[in-house]
Amino acid sequence: MDTRHKILLLDDDPDLLEMYRELLAQLPSKPEVHTASSGPRGMAMLEAHEFRLLICDLKMPKMDGLQVLSIVRRKYPTLRTVVLTSVADEQFRSRVYALGVDLFWQKPVSEHETKLFFECIESLLGHESEPGFRGVQSKSLVDLIQLECISQSSATLRITNGPLTGKIWINNGDLIDAETDGVRSEEAFKTILVWRAGSFETLPAEPDRPRTIFKSYNAVLLETAQAIDESRGEISDAAAGGPPRAPASSLAALTQVEGVEFVLVTRTGDKDKTRFEARGLENPDRLAGWSRQSLERFRALGEHLQAGPLEQIEGLGPQRHVALAPQGDTQFCVGWRHSLALEEIRDRMRKVLALWV
Amino acid sequence: MGLMKWFARSAPPLARLPDGCFTLDRTGRVLVGTVPSSVPAAVVREIGRHVLDTFREAQAAQLSLAELVVHYGSLKIVARELRGGAIIFLSPRSPLSTESNPNATAL
Repeated sequence: MDTRHKILLLDDDPDLLEMYRELLAQLPSKPEVHTASSGPRGMAMLEAHEFRLLICDLKMPKMDGLQVLSIVRRKYPTLRTVVLTSVADEQFRSRVYALGVDLFWQKPVSEHETKLFFECIESLLGHESEPGFRGVQSKSLVDLIQLECISQSSATLRITNGPLTGKIWINNGDLIDAETDGVRSEEAFKTILVWRAGSFETLPAEPDRPRTIFKSYNAVLLETAQAIDESRGEISDAAAGGPPRAPASSLAALTQVEGVEFVLVTRTGDKDKTRFEARGLENPDRLAGWSRQSLERFRALGEHLQAGPLEQIEGLGPQRHVALAPQGDTQFCVGWRHSLALEEIRDRMRKVLALWV
Repeated sequence: MGLMKWFARSAPPLARLPDGCFTLDRTGRVLVGTVPSSVPAAVVREIGRHVLDTFREAQAAQLSLAELVVHYGSLKIVARELRGGAIIFLSPRSPLSTESNPNATAL
């Protein structure tokens, strides 16, 4: 079986296609290079074959590169994408990156630039997009803690997940303490372990840190894993056809963020568009409809304008403020205390999204 | 091959993001604006319509809003309600802009 990576090169200039096809084929990983001279032809080829990488020009007739990329990013989220263009404009560079493209490169004009470009392509071809903690790809936090404990190490792990930070203290292979967001001990440890991705760093050990966890690391890990499984089980049961209820504890955790007046969660995958989960609202039906409609309306507008993905909508009112944000297939509508400034709402909204399990 | 290029149709210019501001009355009619004429009037009207609908539907949902801020990866729309109409500011975001992405994480 041929395990070579497939590259699709999309440009309306046939000379350039031919030249880059030959050059790309000589990369150390010997990729299989396919070419297309128009957006529609490229889309048809993406439909027919599984490609690893798309290299796309921006200025093309009929369907320009931005149009192609906005469709590709939604339809093939795992496909690596590179823009190779002669357009030297910061706005287009910004839009290309906002669409989630991996690399924006102006067409090389020297041998040195060409060499650098092909090195980047080779690197992108080899790069695996696996989840995990930065620095140790595909290793979960549980793996990292087990490694530290089995090797009888003493260390302090600082874990960051967006705006959230937590610390776990390990002394001679024993889990002795954990702390995050005002909670300590086992509760903090369980909270940190729920985070699915982020970054971590190892800080010097603190042997004088008072011990608050007295169970073995295996016992704590096992209990935490069970709690996580149970909470995810509730979500997948809902996805399997039952009512899509978020665990009550998740919504409750979101309302604990300072300044939150209510939280309303809807899902784009729901067949029943009137379904939602809410906390802190007396009559949430109308607001749920407004939230869903507004997010859908502005998502479609962003796609039409090729302005990149919709990130957040903030509404400021005389009684309360509100922020809407999509995250995967979940849509959040969070009510905020009127006294909060816009910057504070943005900051705390990041926290709300990071807390969602 | 090179000769054929003389006859080939060149690619149209890439559409730029709208930039500037405009005001709308309660019926969605654009009253005045600084959005460049290269931006199709239909695009400006479409943005205005979405904003007015969002304000109105919020009111119907008993949520009174005076201002709306919509963040895209490379564009920010700020709209202020004006007696049923609105004033709308459009600002493309560049990689050098100082304002932080609302959902950016430290990763």
